[in-house]
Amino acid sequence: MKKIKLLWKFLKGSRTLYVLAIVAIALATIFSLLIPLITRFTIDSVIGNKPIELPTFIENAIAFVGGKNSLANNIWICGAVLVLLTGISGLFLYLKGKWAARASESIAQNLREKLYKHLQLLPFKYHSTVKTGDVIQRCTSDVNTVRRFLAIQFVQVGRAVFMVVLTLYFMLQMNVTLTIISMATIPFIFAFAVVFFLKVKKAFKQSDEAEARLSKVLQENLTGVRVVKAFARQKYEVGKFESKNKDYRDLTYRLIRLLAWYWAVSDFVSLIQIGGVLVIGSYWAATGKITLGTLLAFSAYVGQLLWPVRQMGRVLTDMGKALVSAERINEILEEPAEELSEDGIVPDFNSDIIFENVGFSYEDGAKVLEDLSFQVKKGQTVAILGPTGSGKTSLVQLLPRLYDYQKGSIKIDGVDIKQIDKKVLRENIGIVLQEPFLFSKTLRDNIKIAKSELPEHEIFSAAESANIHNVIEEFDKGYDTMVGERGATLSGGQKQRIAIARTLIRNNPILIFDDSLSAVDTKTDAAIRRELRAHSKDATTFIISHRLTTLAEADLILVLEQGRLVQKGTHQQLLSQQGLYKRVWSIQNNLKTEIDEKKTSVEFTNKEKI
Amino acid sequence: MSLKEKEYKKRFDLDLWKSLWTYIKPYKKQLIYLAVFMIGLAGVDMIFPLMSRYAVDNFVVAKSTQGITSFALVYLGLIIIQVLNIFFFISLAGKIEMGVCYSIRKDGFKKLQELSLNYYNKNPVGWLMARLTSDTQRLGETIAWGAVDFIWGITLMAGISIIMFVLNWKLALLTLTVVPALVLISLYFQKKILAAYRQVRKTNSKITAAINEGISGAKTTKTLVREEENLNEFKSLTQKMYHSSVHAAIFSALFLPIVLSLGSIGTAIALWYGGKGVILQTISYGTLVAFLSYTVQFFQPIRELARVFAELQHAQASAERIISMIKEKPDIKDSYKVEKKFGSLFKPIKKDWQSIKGEIEFRDVTFNYEDGERVLKNFNLKVEPGETVAIVGETGSGKSTLVNLACRFFEPIHGEILIDGINYRKRSLAWLHSQIGYVLQSPHLFSGTIEENIRYGKLSATKEEVIKAAKMVNAHEFITNLSKSYNSEVGEGGGLLSTGQKQLISFARAIISDPGIFVLDEATSSVDTETEKLIQNAINQVLQNRTSFIIAHRLSTIRSADKIIVLEEGKIIENGSHDDLIKQKGHYYQLYTNQFLEEQETGLLNT
Repeated sequence: MKKIKLLWKFLKGSRTLYVLAIVAIALATIFSLLIPLITRFTIDSVIGNKPIELPTFIENAIAFVGGKNSLANNIWICGAVLVLLTGISGLFLYLKGKWAARASESIAQNLREKLYKHLQLLPFKYHSTVKTGDVIQRCTSDVNTVRRFLAIQFVQVGRAVFMVVLTLYFMLQMNVTLTIISMATIPFIFAFAVVFFLKVKKAFKQSDEAEARLSKVLQENLTGVRVVKAFARQKYEVGKFESKNKDYRDLTYRLIRLLAWYWAVSDFVSLIQIGGVLVIGSYWAATGKITLGTLLAFSAYVGQLLWPVRQMGRVLTDMGKALVSAERINEILEEPAEELSEDGIVPDFNSDIIFENVGFSYEDGAKVLEDLSFQVKKGQTVAILGPTGSGKTSLVQLLPRLYDYQKGSIKIDGVDIKQIDKKVLRENIGIVLQEPFLFSKTLRDNIKIAKSELPEHEIFSAAESANIHNVIEEFDKGYDTMVGERGATLSGGQKQRIAIARTLIRNNPILIFDDSLSAVDTKTDAAIRRELRAHSKDATTFIISHRLTTLAEADLILVLEQGRLVQKGTHQQLLSQQGLYKRVWSIQNNLKTEIDEKKTSVEFTNKEKI
Repeated sequence: MSLKEKEYKKRFDLDLWKSLWTYIKPYKKQLIYLAVFMIGLAGVDMIFPLMSRYAVDNFVVAKSTQGITSFALVYLGLIIIQVLNIFFFISLAGKIEMGVCYSIRKDGFKKLQELSLNYYNKNPVGWLMARLTSDTQRLGETIAWGAVDFIWGITLMAGISIIMFVLNWKLALLTLTVVPALVLISLYFQKKILAAYRQVRKTNSKITAAINEGISGAKTTKTLVREEENLNEFKSLTQKMYHSSVHAAIFSALFLPIVLSLGSIGTAIALWYGGKGVILQTISYGTLVAFLSYTVQFFQPIRELARVFAELQHAQASAERIISMIKEKPDIKDSYKVEKKFGSLFKPIKKDWQSIKGEIEFRDVTFNYEDGERVLKNFNLKVEPGETVAIVGETGSGKSTLVNLACRFFEPIHGEILIDGINYRKRSLAWLHSQIGYVLQSPHLFSGTIEENIRYGKLSATKEEVIKAAKMVNAHEFITNLSKSYNSEVGEGGGLLSTGQKQLISFARAIISDPGIFVLDEATSSVDTETEKLIQNAINQVLQNRTSFIIAHRLSTIRSADKIIVLEEGKIIENGSHDDLIKQKGHYYQLYTNQFLEEQETGLLNT
């Protein structure tokens, strides 16, 4: 019930269109049901001799065109009415199709946009743990399942209900006993359809699963083509594929066989129904109990009635699927979005950054950072060093509030950053992530992604600062090269440099480089840092790195170990202390001695590592 | 997107359908039965109105009930025949559909195994997948169910026309005047509808891509504060989707009413002239009733046939893609003579296979890829049996090319590569690959258990051999620590294991067959210190007394090599042992000191 409510909620905004679509299908049904009545009237009263028994206004209309005899001389009028009714019914059928499509498509559009928007608003944490494939499936195929159900099946249910009710009404008007006979098998067919589709659910699933296994083998084989070739396992792979291929063929064929049974049985019952009406109707018509026209109208109605009833089994299974999909979509929408504190303070980012006893732990209670205190003056460069898992990345991610600390405070311009509008905060802090993501746009668009209107020369100069301009110019299409395009695959270092360029373009007062020069060689690294010093000398800069030259140049070096700040100071200060920093630094000197003395034994390095 | 597939727009392509016939031919018998059942189905469909006619004329109009029991029995008989027709036609069409798909997939997959890496470089995996999944499916569907609709439709239309002409040719002629208009309109609409839905699918795949990007890029989006722009871009896509979907739906919604209305004109004509005939007593009541049913019945298949014809065009495009893949000639293939002597990939003849000593020689080798990049020119290199050669150099210097050539994934354009002094083209691909142990930079595992993955290197290996190989590369310990030991599933692409564990298993897989030549593209990805040590020990184990060809990244691997080759732009610029090269203070010296520092620092920081 809760699920049906959900579907009802999705319908919001399109409910009027749906009501219109259902009204249209009702009208289309009424008009199409009138057609057999016209045929009946023509045969019985125009061609035959049965007295006209119709509502007064129609009798008046007939009198107006000249009465029965005139009609008999101009049977084309009856034909014209037939065409007219079909046309009107068709018009409503068209309107139903159009309105149902508009309604369901706008629901789908709505859902897609809602999902997309919500996904972007979900916190950083969500995206660190998300299973991309699953979410994509919810946003695409689940939305599609819901849409298809709403576009086709939902209206079809309405149509079936109208059909049954109206046909019943018309038939009852004509002959009660024959009506009961005509409807005799319908409950049975309906029950059979429902039970059958519930039963074959498993067969459908098995076929789907076999197909999935087949694609998996295929995909693994294609992505592992080098391994297959290197081990000359072609024959083995063909055997593996063969068994899955056979499996899929056999299971799907089994399903088709089951469906063949379904259609055979339900057609048998339906044909018996039609035949029964014909035989009994003929018998009664022969004995004068009913007219020929009534017989013909009944024959037409029975056929019209059976089809939607037989479809109901399918509709019900599809409804089950749509409800499951609706719930899966809703699960995403119910994830709490990030709090943006939009009415926060807007500082001018002009003075020092102060960390005071900052503590941060994950939701499960695991401590990441503990009791961190330090002060960075405006324009200073801070280098952060520490082993993997020591909390370096978490530390810099606290600044733009990608995560929120629980203890202590971080102040910019004397304001606790928790009071600052998140959007403003992030617009003023440029952060380059360790594994930057580039959008599938041109390189130009990627660089100017944070600023839409930008003169060409500024893009170039940002690219030059990031030492990527020359590389881009070498591509056939230069700045118009699409990211991911064949023949222009970017290396890790090139991606990092594009990400740096797009960050530099924002001229932020605070810059953060989270190990974002790791894939760049030392020479380029140095060149980029030189550019940074020249261009962003007023910017307060945080750099996570393990390159000594980078560390040595910083105004302040922070050494982290297990979430604690174990050393802080300048290069000179830290060299005079025992600790991680000095140990790292001494490696370089060791290397010099090693090479000078030509001591190149393997044992030496291995010992060093242990 | 530049990755656009070739669009096929040719008219009916006879050659193509001839090639396809190979796949349909085995089902010739079923196809004939299918035709019989479809004709039967259409036949009974045609008889039903005649039954109504009989009932009207002989019972209702004649006011007699004589013979109504036998009439009912005949009707029941017809029903039973019809039900059998239905059951068998669905079963047969299903059989043909699945059978044709199965054999196309089988051949396609086999061909994919033979095609060389060059083909894979040109065709993304996604395309190749589509060939054997959606393209094949569409083709099978159209062949089987298209035949169903086609035979049924043609039979029904022809039969009804004949019956109508026999019953009353004047009335028949009049009723059928609407047919040409109906055919034209149906064809027009079906084409439009298919094209419209194609557009919808295109937009849909763009939306999928955008959602994918929205999720993978969400973190970056946050740091760039780009949520709104992204949403606006996405909205323009969904807007486009809305319009193209509604457009397509409107076309479909228009089609049915138009066909119904045109059809009703036919019925109206029958009613008009037929009714007049009944009054003038030139036509019986029953005939009129039959005509009324026939006109309704007649127009149904036109709709179906129009759909089949429109789908046929798309199926032809699918067929073209599949057949061209199956007919593709592999770039690298054993010559006829070689294949006759040593057998093919699928039927190796192992009696003439020699064991390998492990000498590799590049003699005057020139090579470039099809796109013209990364060239080797007159390249010479000789690796002695048992020697370990480490290749170092920057990205793009030609390291991978050397490995590709040595493994015969590609072949030299000029010059030759000799294994134990014999050009490797003179012995079969299967022979060479059964002698080489190969470890990729990013190890690719197949879903299945660990044991199955190790055994991939030697299919006949016993459990003991598997364990021995695992022990040799230090993988045994971590494997036995897993809850299901060697029977643990590795997950899709080895996803349930860590990078380091995957590397160790790929070593075990390469070593289990005790190959004469070992080719290693060393991983650059960092793993934890513990695993790093295990891997280094494993490498040392594996390299002992074996000709080894290594694209090296780890210093310990490089230093312990017998020979180091420094490549730059496809040329050897330095060549010698570690000590020699350090003394030269050239490229290697630079590379070594830089890398040494990085490795040491990373090592220190990861402890």
